[in-house]
Amino acid sequence: MNKIPHALSLGIALAALWVLLSGHYTLLLLLLGLASVLLVVAIATRMDVVDHEGHPVHLKFKATLYYWGWLLKEILLANIDVCRRILSHGPVISPMVINVRSSQHTTVGRVIYANSITLTPGTVSMSIDGDTILVHALSREGAADLQAGEMNMRISIMEEKY
Amino acid sequence: MSLIPDIISWFCLVTGGMFVVIGAIGLLRFPDFFTRLHAASVIETMGSILIVVGLVFQAGLTLVSVKLVLLVIFIMFTSPTAAHALAKSALHGKLEPITVEDNES
Repeated sequence: MNKIPHALSLGIALAALWVLLSGHYTLLLLLLGLASVLLVVAIATRMDVVDHEGHPVHLKFKATLYYWGWLLKEILLANIDVCRRILSHGPVISPMVINVRSSQHTTVGRVIYANSITLTPGTVSMSIDGDTILVHALSREGAADLQAGEMNMRISIMEEKY
Repeated sequence: MSLIPDIISWFCLVTGGMFVVIGAIGLLRFPDFFTRLHAASVIETMGSILIVVGLVFQAGLTLVSVKLVLLVIFIMFTSPTAAHALAKSALHGKLEPITVEDNES
């Protein structure tokens, strides 16, 4: 597999991160930063961790941002729901363990799905076996929402926009 | 500092703090490990996002704001990983989650 695009994108990301985090723009420090970026890319390439999993450049930037926006909205709604359950008199929870099918065909897609489930309050992914994810849900409603599969569908769409 | 960013900033900081307190209450009230995990995720999502957004409005358009936004993005990647690791090790440690069926029987 061709590694150059991934190595290049890793280098650009590291360089941008270095410039933003340091805030120093003298020649010596910029050259030192460049040297460390090149060293890290070289080490990562030798370690064979520069691939589509560590650095998913194949996911479209715009689709990813769109998905993050949607996920943020879901997180907000789920937060309000969980807070309501915490504060109501006698916690109104119905915890349950369910199996959720994931229709993504890459590992990265499945990881995004499992992480999104965990990031949304009220659902935690407990283990992944093939294409089924074992999920612990705080309430029956949360479990039903997840099984309706909107999140799954959105990630599959994001994955297919190569 | 002008008034309107200050108002937005303090609104975010106070609501973020409220989410953290509610999450802590949930951590104490919920019955078992897995349900408490859900209460903790309220703190690490809405609590951290709102507090950092409030701080971004305090910092204005500076390099500090960029660092704060990066902070939120990294938290959003690492916290579900940690939560998943906790849940998975609890499951492997044969900790049985309380479910509705247990409560009704």
